Amino acid sequence: MAPPADARLRLEAVRLTALYGRRAVVKDVSILFPAHTVTAVIGPSGCGKSTFLRCLNRMHELSEGGWVTGRVLLDGADVYDDAVDPVQLRRRIGMVFQRPTPFPTMSIYDNVAAGLRVNGHRGRRALDDVVERALTQAALWDEVKDRLRASALALSGGQQQRLCIARALAPQPEVLLLDEPTASLDPAGTQRIEELCHELKRLYTIVIVTHNMQQAARVSDYTAFFYLGDLVEVGRTDELFTRPNEERTEAYITGRFG
Amino acid sequence: MSGRSLRRHVTSGLMTGLVAVLSFTAVLALVLILGDLIAKGASSLNWDFFTKNPVPAGQSGGGVANAIVGTGIIVGLAALIGLPIGIGTGLYLAEYGSGRLGWFVADVLNGTPSIVIGIFAWTWLVRPMGGYSALAGSVALAALMIPMIARTTEEMVRLVPHSLREAALALGYPRWRTSLRVVARTALAGIVTGCLVGVARIAGETAPLLFTALGNLNFSTSVTQPMQTLPHQIYEYASGPFEEWHRLAWASALVLMSLVLLLGVTARWAIRQRHGAAR
Repeated sequence: MAPPADARLRLEAVRLTALYGRRAVVKDVSILFPAHTVTAVIGPSGCGKSTFLRCLNRMHELSEGGWVTGRVLLDGADVYDDAVDPVQLRRRIGMVFQRPTPFPTMSIYDNVAAGLRVNGHRGRRALDDVVERALTQAALWDEVKDRLRASALALSGGQQQRLCIARALAPQPEVLLLDEPTASLDPAGTQRIEELCHELKRLYTIVIVTHNMQQAARVSDYTAFFYLGDLVEVGRTDELFTRPNEERTEAYITGRFG
Repeated sequence: MSGRSLRRHVTSGLMTGLVAVLSFTAVLALVLILGDLIAKGASSLNWDFFTKNPVPAGQSGGGVANAIVGTGIIVGLAALIGLPIGIGTGLYLAEYGSGRLGWFVADVLNGTPSIVIGIFAWTWLVRPMGGYSALAGSVALAALMIPMIARTTEEMVRLVPHSLREAALALGYPRWRTSLRVVARTALAGIVTGCLVGVARIAGETAPLLFTALGNLNFSTSVTQPMQTLPHQIYEYASGPFEEWHRLAWASALVLMSLVLLLGVTARWAIRQRHGAAR
């Protein structure tokens, strides 16, 4: 794929292979993520799209038997370099999961502040500002500003997911990874998250895994189609959905399998 | 009604009846014990019982203040030693341990008779230290408590969903902070419950104290000296020849039972709090 000439490259996977033991679930994938774009990763269940996403912030290696070959470049530097601390890396690449995962023992405020506190930020006023900004970016501020001390579990599923997005945004990452973030939400909650993607790409580079092709078409600039661990095709979303180059891509997006 | 259906009904009725009788027996035992304790012990409970020390054999009056305070000190000290080690072990087994060996050790220790623990405490502590002491008793009780606490902690920590760990790690939490700040805190109510049950269990132990804390007729708060405890007091008074002693033994048993029950009720309350928080 050819990103616009003026687009800066933020993230890049080079011949990335992800394995569980000796079984490769992502095979030799190379792909570019230009800064301030949304890239959707689609494909049928088990195609390796979630695993691929988890390689980008080195979460895959935490799974039992998980390891990778190849490189992932963040601003040109390999995140799998020996000198890179995965804990520090994950503060630069935020992630939101399929199901909302608010910390049940913490208040709304503390959930958002968690990523900052672990980084050593403790100044009361500074924290207040960051928490408000993150919640505003996640379009949740107006709904929770009067009950920041309430348990995060008091929120609805959709609100909890936006809280998780706020939590991921608070440490000001460069890249935001969304792993089927609307899978457990109702249509209204889904719509809010999709609108968020549009707004957030001004500030962040977003990669979103989804099994919903309409969603990919709605939110993304680029779309990557994975099948059985291979990156089959990647291109501008409007082109991929109207004029796919590959037979398998066309078969999938027209609903003939998957 | 067909023959098969009838047979099913009869079997079902018989089994239900059997289970009901068995549960009734279990409850009956508890009711009888409690009832007997109250009947024979409550009348001896008075101010003196809680504030006075034992008087020489044959005299009337006196109390078991030394044993009540002693149980408090020895059990408290045992909890101070045993809870951190037990919780730490459980957390380690659940979060880092490959499991097998730790499980095996905890299970074997869990099944070790308390008298054996007492003998070991005597060999390793009382003898080298040159005398019986409350501290040795506390260590023996702690040793009894650690595997119990470790197993409950481990089970509670394992109940914390994996997704929560991943969320913390993805946020840039180091592994150890994930374990402490997120996982252990989420499991906290369950761990506290396990601790209370564990403390209640050891509060009633007698055997490990026979070789360690020894017992003491006088009031003592020095942990390097022998110290009296309620279970020990009951053992001595109940096996003695005097009517007065038997009376005090009953009252002591009632107090000990009440303490253990109180801990149990607190544990129950903690469980409810946890389920309340999970909603």
